[in-house]
Amino acid sequence: MSETPADLRYATSHEWARLEADGSVTVGISDHAQEALGDVVFVELPEVGRTLSAGQEAGVVESVKAASDIYAPVSGEVLAVNESIVDAPESVNTDPYGSWFFKLKPSDESELSKLLDAAAYQAANNG
Amino acid sequence: MGQRTALYNQHLALGARMVDFNGWDMPLHYGSQVDEHHQVRNDCGVFDVSHMCVIDVHGADAKVFLRRLLANDVERLDRPGRALYSAMLNEHGYIIDDLIAYLMPFGYRLVVNAATREKDLAWMHSIAVDFQVELRERTDVALLAIQGPSARVRTIDLLDRSRAALITELMPFQGLEENGWFIARMGYTGEDGLEIMLPAEQAAGFFGDLVGAGIGPVGLGARDTLRLEAGFNLYGSDINDEVTPLTANMASTVAWEPRERDFVGREALAVQLAAGGWPQLVGLVLEDRGVLRPRQVVRVECDGEGEITSGSFSPTLGKSIALARIPAGAGERAEVEIRGRWHPVRIVKPNFVRHGRPLI
Repeated sequence: MSETPADLRYATSHEWARLEADGSVTVGISDHAQEALGDVVFVELPEVGRTLSAGQEAGVVESVKAASDIYAPVSGEVLAVNESIVDAPESVNTDPYGSWFFKLKPSDESELSKLLDAAAYQAANNG
Repeated sequence: MGQRTALYNQHLALGARMVDFNGWDMPLHYGSQVDEHHQVRNDCGVFDVSHMCVIDVHGADAKVFLRRLLANDVERLDRPGRALYSAMLNEHGYIIDDLIAYLMPFGYRLVVNAATREKDLAWMHSIAVDFQVELRERTDVALLAIQGPSARVRTIDLLDRSRAALITELMPFQGLEENGWFIARMGYTGEDGLEIMLPAEQAAGFFGDLVGAGIGPVGLGARDTLRLEAGFNLYGSDINDEVTPLTANMASTVAWEPRERDFVGREALAVQLAAGGWPQLVGLVLEDRGVLRPRQVVRVECDGEGEITSGSFSPTLGKSIALARIPAGAGERAEVEIRGRWHPVRIVKPNFVRHGRPLI
């Protein structure tokens, strides 16, 4: 059974988003997503400084089995990317909520509320 | 719901992620396909391959029938239980399937792919009309593959004396019957190992013994990366009925001698051989980060294009590898298009890992 922390918001495309104290939004992929992908072996991250709109392709995660696009859950500018998951992609499997992909400076914080909460995300996956 | 092997419930109990594989519900992995891959390369693991189709060939004409049916020559099987790998071709020289044929006391035993079962049987029956043979599909058996450097030693510990003695004596590419089980030193991983065919009702017990002894279960995911590292073709990916053995790195499995043996597809194959310049199936190694995938385009130096037929991440090498069909005469380097960008790859012999050791 995959974990779905209650303090995060979720996109239907399986990214999680967390609003940080400094107003930035950290993005990763959910436990459910990493489980479905299987062993992650490659991650491609967006360029820092790039401006993304909500739902836009932001990177790629590849498991042994398949490649899957990562989408920006909210609009904003890429502030930072997590190079450590490029060097150790398997950490996406072992620690999906610690292994963030990128941080955004959101252009419209209200977009966060359009994302699913944990209960709704879980329900969507079980549906 | 798909077809189930005798071990379906065991797979579920072991936490397998089940997938549809050509109409069969089969385990993809039991947690991590990369861990399962390493386990086979370093120690051993057990695969349920009961979905594969076993066909026994009986009758006075069994040998002449197979000498007509197969591109390789069963006349080469010189001792009991010896096996050979062969393509089965249509009259155009295209590959209907690849298979293993064992010399048996009653005739021959063929092991063919699950996905091609129906067309294989139809083709075999169409050729068999000219011969005194009987084809008996063995739906009463389960098939387990135990693969890895310690596979034989670990399996011997779990078996009675007569079966253990047989395993000690088996040569590679040989399979013999002992007390109702057919035990072959055979595999699809590039490691030493066994394939054991046993009555389906005994499979759950034996599988349980193996897993209980620490021989972990391995799913189809790792089976695919293991065979890719070993450079073995997968029917439906690297070979199909639009390619010939020459374009599939299988030329060495075509027995041209004796010249008078008229196997199906011989004439067409001889024409291709004489014409020369056929595409070749090669190995690719991606030096960059990324993953090579089937159907990605390969650009070679001599201004031609080819295509990846199988590609994945190689857990043993820690980089991506692929099999690709490219124009003849390509050099040592090529480029592969991944998501709109061209990545340099090295062209190598399609054999990346053997007996645990990198070959590239």
